[in-house]
Amino acid sequence: MRHTITLLVENKFGVLSRISGLFSGRGYNIESLSVGEEIDPEYSQMTIVTSGDDLIIEQITKQLNKLVDVIKVTDVTEFEHVEREMIIIKVTPKPEKKTEVLNLAGIFRGRVVDSSENTYTIEVTGDEKKIEAFIGLMKPMGIKDLVRTGKVAILREGYKQ
Amino acid sequence: MKAGMKLTGSEILIECLKREGVKHLFGYPGGVVLNIFDMLYDDKDIKLILTRHEQGAVHAADGYARATGKPGVVLVTSGPGATNTVTGIATASMDSVPLVVITGQVPTMLIGNDAFQEADIVGITRPCTKHNFLVKDVNDLAVVVKEAFHIAVTGRPGPVLIDLPKDVTVGKTDFVWPEKVGLPGYKPKLEGNKWMINQAAHMIEKARKPVIVAGGGVIISGAYKELRELAEHTQVPVTTTLMGIGGFPETNKLSLGMPGMHGTYYANKAIQESDLLIALGMRFDDRVTGKTDSFAPTASIIHIDIDPTSIRKNVRVDIPIVGDVKRVLTVLNKTLKTDVKAQWGQVRKAWLKQIDDWKKERPLTYTKSEATIKPQFVVEKIYELTKGDAIITTEVGQNQMWAAQFYKYDVPRSFITSGGLGTMGFGFPAAIGAQLAFPDKLVIDIAGDGSIQMNIQELATAVLNKLPVKVVILNNGFLGMVRQWQELFYSERYSYSRLDVVPDFVKVAEAYGAAGLRATKPSEVEDVLKEGLFKIKKTVFMDFSVDWKEKVYPMVPSGAPIDHMLFEEDEVKEEKKKRLKVVK
Repeated sequence: MRHTITLLVENKFGVLSRISGLFSGRGYNIESLSVGEEIDPEYSQMTIVTSGDDLIIEQITKQLNKLVDVIKVTDVTEFEHVEREMIIIKVTPKPEKKTEVLNLAGIFRGRVVDSSENTYTIEVTGDEKKIEAFIGLMKPMGIKDLVRTGKVAILREGYKQ
Repeated sequence: MKAGMKLTGSEILIECLKREGVKHLFGYPGGVVLNIFDMLYDDKDIKLILTRHEQGAVHAADGYARATGKPGVVLVTSGPGATNTVTGIATASMDSVPLVVITGQVPTMLIGNDAFQEADIVGITRPCTKHNFLVKDVNDLAVVVKEAFHIAVTGRPGPVLIDLPKDVTVGKTDFVWPEKVGLPGYKPKLEGNKWMINQAAHMIEKARKPVIVAGGGVIISGAYKELRELAEHTQVPVTTTLMGIGGFPETNKLSLGMPGMHGTYYANKAIQESDLLIALGMRFDDRVTGKTDSFAPTASIIHIDIDPTSIRKNVRVDIPIVGDVKRVLTVLNKTLKTDVKAQWGQVRKAWLKQIDDWKKERPLTYTKSEATIKPQFVVEKIYELTKGDAIITTEVGQNQMWAAQFYKYDVPRSFITSGGLGTMGFGFPAAIGAQLAFPDKLVIDIAGDGSIQMNIQELATAVLNKLPVKVVILNNGFLGMVRQWQELFYSERYSYSRLDVVPDFVKVAEAYGAAGLRATKPSEVEDVLKEGLFKIKKTVFMDFSVDWKEKVYPMVPSGAPIDHMLFEEDEVKEEKKKRLKVVK
């Protein structure tokens, strides 16, 4: 099963490599990983999406906890939480499809951040289903390029442990 | 040192090491660490043991640490000096040995430029250290050294590496010794959960066929007394894993010896038929469990370990207790004495009788010979002559297994071996480290002719430092364990396991200024041992030409359940069958 794990880590040189090395060294999957500074720049927040059975996920969280630079590990999958991902997608619709692309972007609360004669570059944020649905709709329009941030996740307040 | 005076990085490093109580370093000089070595030139408190290879330095520090429980400290140069430490670091990591390894590094401004003797040792050792540091600023140095020692010795111990660029060793700053460490992400859990311990006590009470499996954690946490109390009070037999040997006296009638691939028949039988396993400071290594699906099929499992990742990694666990073995056992023993009123002797009678029967049915044994020296006979003789009062180190392979099987270890830290990584070439430098820590003790490396050649250059270190390490070479002209597998599982195709040229070990020893002795007949064994162990007061190589066909038994084929054991008798039967076929 798929799990989203958030980490509070020390913002030090080599931390990312310790964590990615742990995953590759022990044969765990990383589906996505995102890192950013915390409010206090001494710390960083990471969100990792991984998969495995219960025993593997238990090992992953324990192994992460064992790293000296890792301060807190939360498997948010077990709790009420919010997950978001952002994509920036460059599509090349035929002239007769241009309006449809703009309409769809509007429905998905996307924003056109760049355009050229033949392309629209659209930014969309949302949970996995929404992102996948939007990509699905854009496929027949002609996707030229696509980048995604990977997920970030946070616990909902008031539902905690 | 005057207050307010600025110190160089090298001076700070040495000062920090002294405050950590370091008396001995093991190491090898080189370009980028010359400033530090210059400090050591006339230092009165710290002595550096110059090995002849950096790998030897790390194993020696490791042997020192295993013999004493204190961290071993290594100082080497950058590049090849640093990469040569990797095997030693990985060895210590697998066996939870506290080491602080200080490597020189090229100046910070050259890092990443492929400078002369540059290696990304922090990157290389990330997966095989407990933690590692690159010090980029001399102001961080004291804090890093303090944290490194703290991490190395606390929780589940392990090696920590500090990479020190040359410019940091000359940079100057005020020396401030941090009184406390601030590591927000590092808090080993020492106290076990009380409720779980209580549950464990009741499981022990209800169990009819319990077995304790004691690992290296018992020795590391110093839980020898507590384990004995638990076993004797509740009358539970104890099997000690390779790393746990010495954690429970093998001469005690509750001892089952070692379990697993080359474990005793009765240890493996007891585990497989038990209804409760009490696993202490061990991690269910595949050499212990054999096929995990068939491991202890009828047992509930209580697992006590300081490392949460050891629990439920390889086998299912019913009562997981994360904590220091000694502290958990102290509470458990108290609970068993106050809350549980069982007639232990009565409750365990049938089970202990059963175990006694297994011990009689198939004891550890080998076929004695008057014609050729049996390696097991040499190990038995060492035990007989030393009466167990020695520190035994081993290399890896058959020599290691026979040393584990045919010598009886009664006290912790008397058996030093590379268990997890299985590093050939470990035993001799480790013996040097142990001898340095205990100059008056008898320290014996039980070696094979293959393994001893992997760090034979350390003869110079032993001789130069007047360390009377005794090396017993069980010389069979083969990589014996490899040969054994090839004989049993590869149709006797001895692919590259025969060491066609084995040096004259007596001459090698003498060339280095050590003593050399040799025995080629069983009748000579005792005399050579007496001479080598007791009469000669310097480093000795004792070369025993042993029966090359000898195999380590019992043996559980890799991946089989641990009660599927092969015995020497089976081999004899097979031989007879073969001969009968020929006659027909």
